[in-house]
Amino acid sequence: MTAPPHLGPAATSLATAPERTGAGLHARRLRRRKMVRGVLLAAFAAFFGIPLLALVEFSTRERGAGGGRTLEAWKAIPQYPGLPEAIVASLQLAALTSVGALFLLVPTMVWVRLRLPRLSRLVEFLCLLPLTIPAIVLVVGWAPLYLWINYFTPRTYQSTPLVLTFAYVVLVLPYAYRTLDSGLSAIDVRTLSEAARSLGASWATVLLRVIAPNLGPAILNAALLSVALVLGEFTVASLLNYVNVQVAMNAIGQAEARVAVAVAAGALMSVFLLLFLLSFVGRGPRRVRSTR
Amino acid sequence: MTSSRATGSRLSWIGAVPFLGYVALFLLLPTSLVVVQSFADAQNRPTLANVRFLAEPYVVSAFGNSIALSAVSAVIGAVLGAVLAWVVATGHPDGTLRRIATAVCGVLAQFGGVTLAFAFIATVGTQGLLTLLLQDLGLDLAGPWLYRLPGLVLVYSYFQIPLMVLVFLPALDGVRPQWREAVETLGGSTWQYLRHVAVPLLTPAFLGALLLLFANAFAAYATAAALISQGGVIVPLQIRTALTSEVLLGRENVGKALALGMVLVVAVAMYLYARVQARGARWLR
Repeated sequence: MTAPPHLGPAATSLATAPERTGAGLHARRLRRRKMVRGVLLAAFAAFFGIPLLALVEFSTRERGAGGGRTLEAWKAIPQYPGLPEAIVASLQLAALTSVGALFLLVPTMVWVRLRLPRLSRLVEFLCLLPLTIPAIVLVVGWAPLYLWINYFTPRTYQSTPLVLTFAYVVLVLPYAYRTLDSGLSAIDVRTLSEAARSLGASWATVLLRVIAPNLGPAILNAALLSVALVLGEFTVASLLNYVNVQVAMNAIGQAEARVAVAVAAGALMSVFLLLFLLSFVGRGPRRVRSTR
Repeated sequence: MTSSRATGSRLSWIGAVPFLGYVALFLLLPTSLVVVQSFADAQNRPTLANVRFLAEPYVVSAFGNSIALSAVSAVIGAVLGAVLAWVVATGHPDGTLRRIATAVCGVLAQFGGVTLAFAFIATVGTQGLLTLLLQDLGLDLAGPWLYRLPGLVLVYSYFQIPLMVLVFLPALDGVRPQWREAVETLGGSTWQYLRHVAVPLLTPAFLGALLLLFANAFAAYATAAALISQGGVIVPLQIRTALTSEVLLGRENVGKALALGMVLVVAVAMYLYARVQARGARWLR
């Protein structure tokens, strides 16, 4: 523990009367520390809280300088041209991405643990790589790939943003990998799968009915993180010319600021809610273990 | 039994094929496209024209702006984040404050993009909550500063400070109260404790976090793009221009060269980060 640098007279007299002044020094230091902490906490709470409050405040303003409150902007969301479609697209992308990432990662990570431990470092490196390559750099590389994807998509689905799933799975890899890895470390994959295999279970049964249920919280965690990330994604969609909720929101911001801010506040609240749920999911099993 | 095991292990690499294939196609291929095509023209003939473009004055100034913005926001984020981490670390280890603070920081560190830009426009923009409140007191906040580099520094702090808390808190937890007690027993003052124990111990962790924050700000795009709708003050916005505007003849792969430049800067930061991490890991665990 550190303390704010203060050189009171008590500090210098410490050597002369360690017993009494030591206790007084301690009490004074604690009191002072408490006050400093309170002031600092209030300042940080204001810095982080005010912009969030402002989002809600701005989205409920009445048109004109009246200063009244209205939910007009919020009610306009379902009617705004293009906006509901963008919201649906983002939700579908979120679902597809989390399912895709799980189907890609869970079997691979289990398999690597059981049969290919030599590959574990490589898999870890590849999964964490997107953290070090800026998304904007990846977009530059994805642009030619997406020209090809577009070329091979049937004409009726040409402009669907759902193809962004391919890119989004890469973006969520590091987060999904970390949560799944800590989940897998907590269970004995080898014993579980050998027990199931020796009783005649197929690999699919092992994965779906033995490993997956044991990984429950980690899988849910990874899925929720992916959903949160996809709902807030703007860079890739906007630069590859697909419309998701963030791109639509940004475009509306030019014309109808209050509606755009209402969407932003709504999206933010749902992500907060998701991550709030997630903090419970993450804590559940740990608490059970500690009371045992 | 033995033969089935042998074939099993010989064929077991097949299990990793879907993952490796996916990563090769959607992560390694795009990355290598950026690197290779930086040195190619539209007909895929080798050329240095794209890289030479990086020396143009406005590109150099964009890189300068990007590095300055990232450095300033990293320093501000690291200092304020370390202070907030100290407040959290000196609280009760299982207390509500700590639980709430880590959860909130976890959310805010990931919070960015258009929503964050809107939040600040709604706060200190022309019609913002704070702007209007302070106007009544005779202070004028509104102005173009929010849509320029100073605005970006402010807005970036919003996710840099929480990231610093997340990164720095474990290091602060590693500082044992016993060390301070040892200094006091030996008659040392708070200043001496800070000067000879706490600061030297925490310096590697702090520097590492600083580099991480730098890379984080350097890579950020969405917030800046939402605040600054045109032009290329910083490199990510230059890339936007290169990707979305009419492509000039002979400039088809300029975006890739810009991206390569970004990769190099981030790589230097991450290399230094790894070096610092290796040194700092000894005491704090």
